[in-house]
Amino acid sequence: MRDLTLTTSDQLKKRHAKETRFQWYGRIAILISLSFLVFMFVAIFFRGAGAFQQTKIGLDINFDQTLIDPTGTGDPEIIANANFKPLITKSLAQAFPEVTGRSETRALYKLISSGSVFELGNMVKENPELIGTSQKIWVTATSEVDLYMKGKIDETISQDLRRLKDRDIAWVKQLQESGVIKRKFNTALFNNGDSREPEMAGILGAALGSFFSLLVCFLISFPLGILTAVYLEEYAKKNRITDLIEVNINNLAAVPSIVFGLLGLSIFLNFFNLPRSTPLVGGIVLALMTLPTIIIASRSILRSVPNSIRDAALGLGASKTQTTFHHVVPLALPGMLTGTILGMARALGETAPLLMIGMVAFIVDIPKGVTDVATSLPVQIFLWADSPEKGFVERTSAAIIVLLIFLVLMNLLAVYLRRKLERRW
Amino acid sequence: MDMETEKKVVANQAIMTARNVDVFYGKKQAIDNVSLDILENEITALIGPSGCGKSTFLRCFNRMNDTIDICKVSGKIEFAGQDIYSPKVDVVALRARIGMVFQKANPFPKSIFENVAYGPRIHDLAESKAELEDIVITSLKRAGLYDEVSDRLEDPGTSLSGGQQQRLCIARAIAVDPEIILMDEPCSALDPIATAIIEDLMESMKRHYTIVIVTHSMAQAARISQKTAFFHLGKVIEYGETEKMFTTPDNELTQNYISGRIG
Repeated sequence: MRDLTLTTSDQLKKRHAKETRFQWYGRIAILISLSFLVFMFVAIFFRGAGAFQQTKIGLDINFDQTLIDPTGTGDPEIIANANFKPLITKSLAQAFPEVTGRSETRALYKLISSGSVFELGNMVKENPELIGTSQKIWVTATSEVDLYMKGKIDETISQDLRRLKDRDIAWVKQLQESGVIKRKFNTALFNNGDSREPEMAGILGAALGSFFSLLVCFLISFPLGILTAVYLEEYAKKNRITDLIEVNINNLAAVPSIVFGLLGLSIFLNFFNLPRSTPLVGGIVLALMTLPTIIIASRSILRSVPNSIRDAALGLGASKTQTTFHHVVPLALPGMLTGTILGMARALGETAPLLMIGMVAFIVDIPKGVTDVATSLPVQIFLWADSPEKGFVERTSAAIIVLLIFLVLMNLLAVYLRRKLERRW
Repeated sequence: MDMETEKKVVANQAIMTARNVDVFYGKKQAIDNVSLDILENEITALIGPSGCGKSTFLRCFNRMNDTIDICKVSGKIEFAGQDIYSPKVDVVALRARIGMVFQKANPFPKSIFENVAYGPRIHDLAESKAELEDIVITSLKRAGLYDEVSDRLEDPGTSLSGGQQQRLCIARAIAVDPEIILMDEPCSALDPIATAIIEDLMESMKRHYTIVIVTHSMAQAARISQKTAFFHLGKVIEYGETEKMFTTPDNELTQNYISGRIG
C-alpha cells in the first residue's frame, strides 16, 4: 500500500522551528539598528534642545544722546562707531546701587555678553529715534549665566573651579527675584555667524555657506552628470574606451572624499588661484565628489527605460536625438533628479574635502555670495565640537539638529519629486 | 491591354527587393544569402521556427538593426530602386516610408492623441493644428480604433486594452503615411478576438499599404497573406504564393514545418 498520510512529520516541526528562528534573527537585527538610531536622535535632541533658548537680562537703558551722538548730527557713521558700553554699565549701576568699586563693577558687567554692545548698536542704527529715550531692553547674558539658568552649573563645587563665582550667582538670583532675567527664544542662533562667545554664535553663516556650496555643486554636477550619463548610455559605442570610462567612474565613486579635497587644493587653489575658503571652490569640489554618484544613478535609470519605447520612436523615423530627448530623458528625468538630490544630501553632510580647501576657518561674517569666505554646516559642527567653552556643547547638538532637518527635508523632496513626476502610465 | 489588367500589373510590382542578404551578429550568422521580393499592396508573411532569423530579416527593411552595435548587414536591399544601405540614404526618411509595428504593443506614455500625432509632428506633416487632428482621426479610423476612443483621445495610450494598444501602434505607424508596414508578430500577445480584429484590419489596410508580417501562427499566415516565405536556420527554404505553399509545398522541410513535424 502507498502511504498517503498528510499528518505532521518530525521534519515539519524542525522546518517550522527553523523558519521561526530565522524570522526572529531578522526582527532582532532591525530592533538593534532602530534602537541605535533612536538613541542617537534622543541624545542629540536632549543636548541640543537647550540651545534654542537663551537667557536675556532686562535692563532699563537710557539712550543718552551725549554718549551716542554728542553733537546731534544724526550721522549713521557716528552712531555706528559710538561706544555703547557706558549705556549698559550705567543701567547696571542703577539696578545694583550697592555694587561699587572697580573690580566689582567689572565683574557685574561680565554677566552681560560682550556682544550686547553690538546688539544695542544695531538697534539704534535701525531706529535712530531711540536716541534720547529710555527703554527696557532685553540684553543677552553671557553663556555662563545662561548655563546657570539652565541648571547646568553645579553650585556645590568650589568656586575656584567655576567661572561663575558665588558673588555672580548671588547677583543672578537678585535679578531673578526682580523678574528681569528670562529665557527667551535664541534668535542669535539663526541670525548670526560664528562667534567666540557661545551666546552670540549662530549658524546662519554656515548654513548660507552650505547653501551656496550646494548651489554651485548642483549647477555643475547636474548638467555634467546627466549629459555624461545620456551620452554613455544612449550614444557611446560599447568598446574598450567606454568600458574603461565606466570602470573609472565606478572607482571614482569609491574614492575617499578627502582625496577630492586635495585635488581641489592643488588644482583650483594652487593652479587656478580661485579664492580660498569660498563656497565656489567648495561647490566645485563637492560637484567632483557627487558626479560619479549622479552618473551611476542616472545611467541605471536610463537603462530601466524599456527599449520598446526607443524602438517605437526610431521605428516612426525619429532621429536618435529626438528619441532620446522626446522620450527617454523625460521618462528618466524624475529618477535622475532624485539621484541628484540624494547625491546633494550626501554633499551637504561632507566635511573632509572642505577642510582641505580652507573652509574650516573661524568666519564671523555671513557670506553674501559664492566668492565670500564661508564655512559649511558640518564644518561648523566640527569647529564647535572642538571649542573649549561649555556653552558650545549644546550649540553643537543644535547645529546637528538643524543639519539633520535639512537632510531629512532633502530626502523628502526626493521622494516627493519621484512620486509626483513619475509617469505611472 | 485593358485598364483592369494594367492596374493589376502595377499592383504586383516589387516595391522592395532583397538580394544576397547576409546578417551577422558578431561572428554568428543570422541570415544566410536571402533574396526575395516584396510586392506592392500585398501581405507577405515570414514564417519559420523560433530563432530562424525572420525577425532579424524584417528589421533589415527599415534598418532597425542599426541600433545593435554588433549587427552587420551585407548584400543589397532596395526600396523603390534605391539601395537603402547606401551611405547617402537618410534613415529617418527611410523609416518614415517604412513603418513598423512591434511584437509587444509599445505606446508612448502619453495620450492617445499624442501617440498618433508624434510621427506627423517630427516629420512636419501637418501645417496646422486642424490638419494634425485630421491626420490623427484618419489614422485612428484606418486602424479601426476611432469609434472606441473618439471620446477619450486625451486618455493615456497605456490605459487601453492589449488589442487596442496594438491598433493604436498601427494607427501611429499609419499616421506618417508609409508605403510599407512591417509587423513583427503583432498578435502574439493578443487573445483570439483581438487577433481577429487586427487580421481584418490588415486585410483592409492592404489597399493603401504593403505589409510584411512575421508570424508564428501558420494559420494566420494562411488566412491573411498572399505570399509566404519559410525561413529555416537563416535561409529562405521556400518563397511563393501562400495558397500553393500551404497546399503543395515544393520542399520537404516546408512540408514538415507546416504540418507541425518540426518547429
